[in-house]
Amino acid sequence: MGSLFEVVPADTQDEVPRRRVTVTVNGTPMSAVIETRLLLVHLLRQAFKLTGTHMGCDTTHCGACTVLFDGKPVKSCTMLAVQADGHEITTVEGLAGPSELHPIQEGFKEEHGLQCGFCTPGMMLSAKALLDRNPDPDEDEIRWALSGNLCRCTGYQNIVKSVQWAARKMNPQQGQEVSE
Amino acid sequence: MTALDEIKIGGLGASRRRVEDNRFIRGKGNYVDDITLPGMLHMEILRSPVAHARIVSIDTSKAWAMPGVRLVITGETLAARNLAWMPTLSYDTQAVLATDKVRFQGQEIAAVIADDPYTAKDACEAIVVEYEPLPVMVNPYQAMEDGAERIRDDKENQPDNVIYDWEVGDRDGTERAFAEADLVSKIQLHYPRSHPSPIETCGSIADFNRATQKLTVYMTTQAPHIIRAAVAMVAELPEQMIRIIAPDIGGGFGNKVPVYPGYVVSILASILLEKPVKWIEDRTGNLISTGFARDIYLEGEMALRKDGKILGVRMNCIADHGAFFSDAQPSKFKIGLLHSAFACYDIPAAHLTARGVYTNKAPGGVAYRCSFRVTEAMFFQERMVETAAIDLGMDPAEIRRVNFVRDDDFPHRTAFGFLTDSGQYTKCLDLGLEAIGYDTFRQEQEEARKRGRLLGIGISTMTEPLGAGNSREFDILGIKMFDSAELRIHMTGKALLRTGARSQGQGHETTWAQIVAHELGLPAEDVTVEEGDTDTAPFGMGTYASRSTPVAGAAISMAARKIRAKARKIAAHLLEVSEEDVEWELGRFYVRSRPEQGVTIQEAAMAAYSNMPDGMEPGLEAIAYYDPPNLTWPFAAYIAKVEVDPETGVWDVLRMVAVDDCGVRINPMIVEGQIMGGLTEAYAMASMQYITFDAEGNCIGSNFTDYLLPTAWETPGFELHEVVTPCPHHPIGAKGIGECAAVGGPAAFVNAVIDAVKHLGVKNIDMPVLPDRVYEAIKTGKDVSGAPPVRTDG
Ligand code: FES
Ligand code: FES
Repeated sequence: MGSLFEVVPADTQDEVPRRRVTVTVNGTPMSAVIETRLLLVHLLRQAFKLTGTHMGCDTTHCGACTVLFDGKPVKSCTMLAVQADGHEITTVEGLAGPSELHPIQEGFKEEHGLQCGFCTPGMMLSAKALLDRNPDPDEDEIRWALSGNLCRCTGYQNIVKSVQWAARKMNPQQGQEVSE
Repeated sequence: MTALDEIKIGGLGASRRRVEDNRFIRGKGNYVDDITLPGMLHMEILRSPVAHARIVSIDTSKAWAMPGVRLVITGETLAARNLAWMPTLSYDTQAVLATDKVRFQGQEIAAVIADDPYTAKDACEAIVVEYEPLPVMVNPYQAMEDGAERIRDDKENQPDNVIYDWEVGDRDGTERAFAEADLVSKIQLHYPRSHPSPIETCGSIADFNRATQKLTVYMTTQAPHIIRAAVAMVAELPEQMIRIIAPDIGGGFGNKVPVYPGYVVSILASILLEKPVKWIEDRTGNLISTGFARDIYLEGEMALRKDGKILGVRMNCIADHGAFFSDAQPSKFKIGLLHSAFACYDIPAAHLTARGVYTNKAPGGVAYRCSFRVTEAMFFQERMVETAAIDLGMDPAEIRRVNFVRDDDFPHRTAFGFLTDSGQYTKCLDLGLEAIGYDTFRQEQEEARKRGRLLGIGISTMTEPLGAGNSREFDILGIKMFDSAELRIHMTGKALLRTGARSQGQGHETTWAQIVAHELGLPAEDVTVEEGDTDTAPFGMGTYASRSTPVAGAAISMAARKIRAKARKIAAHLLEVSEEDVEWELGRFYVRSRPEQGVTIQEAAMAAYSNMPDGMEPGLEAIAYYDPPNLTWPFAAYIAKVEVDPETGVWDVLRMVAVDDCGVRINPMIVEGQIMGGLTEAYAMASMQYITFDAEGNCIGSNFTDYLLPTAWETPGFELHEVVTPCPHHPIGAKGIGECAAVGGPAAFVNAVIDAVKHLGVKNIDMPVLPDRVYEAIKTGKDVSGAPPVRTDG
C-alpha cells in the first residue's frame, strides 16, 4: 500500500469498522489502518511483516505467538491489535540488533534449546520477561515462567539450560561463570 | 604435517552447534505461513460438525455473495474434474471434499478462497449444509456389530466395516509352545488415540502459473518427492511441471507425511484462479482431521517356563483406522511393523493376528514418532513382559536378562522373521539399573510402603527397526524406500550437499555436513546443506520413521566416497605417482613412501576444474542412491522411578534414566536432544495425552484445552547414558534414534506406576494413566481399562 492510495477490490463495501493504530514495535513507531477485529499477531505478521512471531493454536495455549507488551509477555493471538494502540511491543526481531545476539538467543544456540524452531521466538520472549524481573531464577522458576509456552521437540530440559546460560552471561557475578 | 583433528573440523562425534539455529533464534525461519506471494489469496475449509450423515444439500450462495470471496469449492466442483476422491498411502481412497455423506466430525466439505483469511472464514460460516443423520460408530466393536451401518458405502466389495484381516508368524509352533508352558500370562490393553500435534499446523501455498504451466507448491511436508509423485498422479499434471518446496517445517512427528484435502484443494483453487492460494490449517482442524496415531486394542498371552524363559507369544489386535484407511506405511505390512515386537528377546515362536476396522473418526493412523506401529509393538511387549514377571513372582530386570538375545548371538532371526544384527542389551540394562540405584530400591520401596508411600520403578527395554527400507521389503505405494544424496565440491574446496530427506527440527543442515567432514576432511562449515525442493534435491522418500540417518545419511557417505575415489586419481596425477601408491588420511592424500608429499582435498578439488589428468571427466560431483541392506536396530533401556499419591492417584516422576545405543553418534548434542524430545512425548502419552470421542462422534480433544500436552512444568528431568554398538552395515555405523524414546518410553512410566501398586492386585491401568484411573485401581485393587464401553461416553 502506498501512502497516496490503496487499491481495493471493486466490490469492497465500506461499512467494516476501521481504525488507525500506532504501536511502537521494537522501538520504532509503526502505524496501520485496520479492521478493528484484527488480531495483534496478524498485525505484526501480515501488516508489519514481522514473521518471527508464530501461531500454533489460536486458543492461548501454545505460546508460539508470545510477544512482550510493555515488557510483559502476552499471547498476541488473543489480543486485538487495537488494544496495542499506543503501547510498546517487543518481538523476536527486536531482541537484539541485526549483527549481535541477545544472551538468550546465544543461550538457546549453545545449549541446543531448539529443534524445529517454531516455539523458539515465543519461548525466548517469555524467558526475557523472566530474566528482566528475576536475573537469577532457579530451575523451578524457569519451568514455571515458561509453562505457557509449548514445545513439542526439545523436552524443555535444554530450554531450561539455555535460560540458565543466558542468566549467567547477563550476570556473571551470580552463579558460575559461563563456560564457552 | 599433522593429521586433521576430526572434532575440530566438525566431523563425526562433534557436538557442533546448529547451523539452522542462526536463523531460527533471530525469528528469520521461513515456514510456510511466513511466505507471501504477490496476489496471493487465502483459503479456509468448512468442516462437518457431525460424524456420520448423508449430505442433503449444500447452499453456497450466501458465501459467493460476500465481498472479497473469489471462489467456493464443494465436492461437486471436484467431482466434475474427477478429484472428489484421492488415493491414500494404503491403497484406499479418501474423500477430498465430501459429496455423498460425511464420515467423521471435521471432514472437509467445502472451501472458500477470498482476499484475506478473515473473509474466507466468514464465508465458510455462511455456507448452509443440510444433513440427514446416520448411526455413529466410534469404536471398532460398534462398527463390527451385525447389521452395523456401512461407513464406506462408496466402495464396492466392502460389505461391512472390516478393512483387512492379517496374520504373521508361526501359528502351529506357537500352539506347541503354549502346550509346553508352565504358566500362561495374559494381558489386554488399549493404546489410545493420540495426535502428533507439531506446534506448526499443516498448510500450503499453491502457485500455478498459466504462462509457464508450472505448479509450485510450498507445503508442510516431510516427504516432498512423494507428494510430487502423488500430485502428478492425482491431478494428472506432468511431473516436471510440479515443484514441491518444503521450507522450514515447524515439527512433523509423522503428522506431515500424508496428503491432506487442504493441499489438494489449494492446488485446484490456484489452477482455477491462476493466483497463489494459501491455506493454513487452524489447530482444531489439525487435531480433528489430520493423521492421528495408535487407537489400537491389543490382547495377548505369553507361554512361560517357571524359570522365566519365554516360550512363545500370541498377539491379537484390532486397529481403529477411522473413516479412511490412510496409514502411511510400507505396502506389505497391513498393520505396519507391529510384528517387530519382542525383537530383543530370544523367543522360539510367535503369532500375530490383526484386523483393521473403519469407524466414524478422523483417518490417519500415521506413525507418530514411530516406524509404523513400532510404538504399539514395544508397548505391548514391555507391558506383557512386566505382567509375566508379576505372574511368575520374578524380578522384572531378571526376566529381561534371562530372555535377551545375547551379544554373541547376532545376527539373530526374531520369532516374527526380522534379522537383528548387533547390540549389548544386558550391558545397557545394567548401566541403567546402576544409575537409578536398583540394588537398594526394593528395600526402599518396602520401607516406603510401611510409611504409606507408594514408590515404583518401571523398566522398558527394546530394540526397534529403524530406517526403512531395504527395497526388497519396503515400499510406499510401490515406490521403494531408498534415499539419496548429491554432493558438489566447488573448485575452492567448498561444498553443496542435497538430499532427498527433509529436516523438521532434526538438524540435518548441521549433521549432514559432519558426515562430509568425516568422509572428506572438509571442515563442516564449508559444506552447505539444502533439502526440501523437488526441483533441486535428488529423489528421496523423506524424513520419518527415524530413517534419515540410516538411509539418507548413508547415501551422503557413499556420495562422499565416490568423490574421494575420484580425488585420489587426481591426487595421483598431481603427485606423479600411480594411484596404488597414494594413501588417504583425513583431508589429505599422500605418497606412501614419502608422507610429507601430499595433496589436500581442497587442492584436488581445484585440480578437478583446472588440472585434471588426461581423459578424465572434469568436475568433482557425485550422486548416490542408497538402498540399505537391512533396517538398523538401536537398543534402549528406559527406567522410570515414580511416586504415587495413594490419596489422589497423582504420580510424580522422581527420576528418568535413559540408556540409548544408537550406534555411532554423529552429533551427540543433537542425538541427546532427540532422546529428550522422545522421552517427553512418551511421558505425554503415559500421563495425559489422548483423544477420545463421545457417543455422537464429537472429538474430545479438538483443542489444547481438551488435548493436553505437557509443559515445562510437568515434564520431568532426564538422565541420559550411552552405549555404542556400531551398526555393522551402515557406512559410519550409525543407527536411527529420533523415535526410540517415544517408542520405548511409555511402558517405562506405566510399568513404574504398576510397580508401585501391584501389591494391591493391580496389573494394568490403561494409558493415559490419569490420576482418577490410578485412584480407582488403588481403591478397588483391580485393573482399569481405557477401552470402551468405559470411555465412549467421554
Ligand atoms: S497461537 Fe497464541 S497461544 Fe497459540
Ligand atoms: S523446537 Fe519445535 S516446538 Fe519447540
